[in-house]
Amino acid sequence: MRYIEPHAHMVSRTTDDYMALACAGCKAVNEPAFWAGFDRASSQGFYDYFRQITEYEPKRAAKFCIDHYCWLCINPKESEDVVLAREVLSIIPDFIQCDNVLGIGEIGLNKNTRNELQILEEHIQLAVDHDQMILVHTPHLEDKLKGTKLIVDALSNHSSIDPSKVIIDHVEEHTAPLVIDKGFWAGMTLYPESKVTPHRAVDMLELYGHERVWMNSACDWGISDPLSVPKAALEMRRRGYDDSFIDKVVYLNPAEFMGQNPKFKLS
Amino acid sequence: MSDKKTNLVDLGFMDARIKLIDIAAFLDRIDRHDQTDDYRVSALKEALPELLSTERGRAARVLNLLSDQSTDPVSESKIQGAFGAPSPEQ
Ligand SMILES: [Zn+2]
Repeated sequence: MRYIEPHAHMVSRTTDDYMALACAGCKAVNEPAFWAGFDRASSQGFYDYFRQITEYEPKRAAKFCIDHYCWLCINPKESEDVVLAREVLSIIPDFIQCDNVLGIGEIGLNKNTRNELQILEEHIQLAVDHDQMILVHTPHLEDKLKGTKLIVDALSNHSSIDPSKVIIDHVEEHTAPLVIDKGFWAGMTLYPESKVTPHRAVDMLELYGHERVWMNSACDWGISDPLSVPKAALEMRRRGYDDSFIDKVVYLNPAEFMGQNPKFKLS
Repeated sequence: MSDKKTNLVDLGFMDARIKLIDIAAFLDRIDRHDQTDDYRVSALKEALPELLSTERGRAARVLNLLSDQSTDPVSESKIQGAFGAPSPEQ
């Protein structure tokens, strides 16, 4: 089986994980910029992080024949500090032209505050100004419904946003229709303790269709499973879906979305 | 989808069974230790009747019951994380 891991924070994973991904059939990983588990003290911390995901991480992935792509932003958890957030926004254009950068992300909301929303809108404008695609993080647990509505509104209210170039990630049963019905791509995150299980992810394919969706592990430093996408593929197979259906969901769909940026080329 | 119909009860029953027993044991445990007075437990109990609903969409309705239903952005947040049910202080 071939697949793409379209949301992984490989900077927090071991080299053994790259080996496991490669052995499971992973051809490419997509790494959105995220929260490191603690708040960074200055924009210099982000400068180094952006160098890590544009220079170092692609080399680490290449040792396992995996292509590495990334997305840039200051994540919503650190966007509450608008002064810091604007400093980080100002250094992003220096990295946009890097070979493996596909767009702006994962931007979005965390606790649905005014400051987070302000910085989300500034990221959207940055993406528009530089003709970049967007990858969106939706809030956790009780904050997801409200945050998803605010995010969909912010994107829909911008006249230059093409929803087919935006993926809104971490959807669940109550938010997937809000995203898909507006023409955005939807991401389903397979987490052992929150977000969705492989069973529910396949349920959502049955409920909302298998166009404009991807599945990811969002593996990071927390409780997460880098092999959850192949496990969801096994769930599809158990339910009787054939190889071409599975290939579309776990390989062709992410390739179609990411391939809207000409920098995305599978080797 | 292949022609042969998969038995989804075979596939999911044991998983659903253990999750159901876990919920029952969780409620027993917090009862035994006098910790039922918590907004998260109340939210969980409010969602439980959805399991007996005969209408499809149970998962989405449970998620909605465990969601903040307000619509305006908040002026600030003192916490970064989330707890699984809307806090009465929010
Ligand atoms: Zn992420």
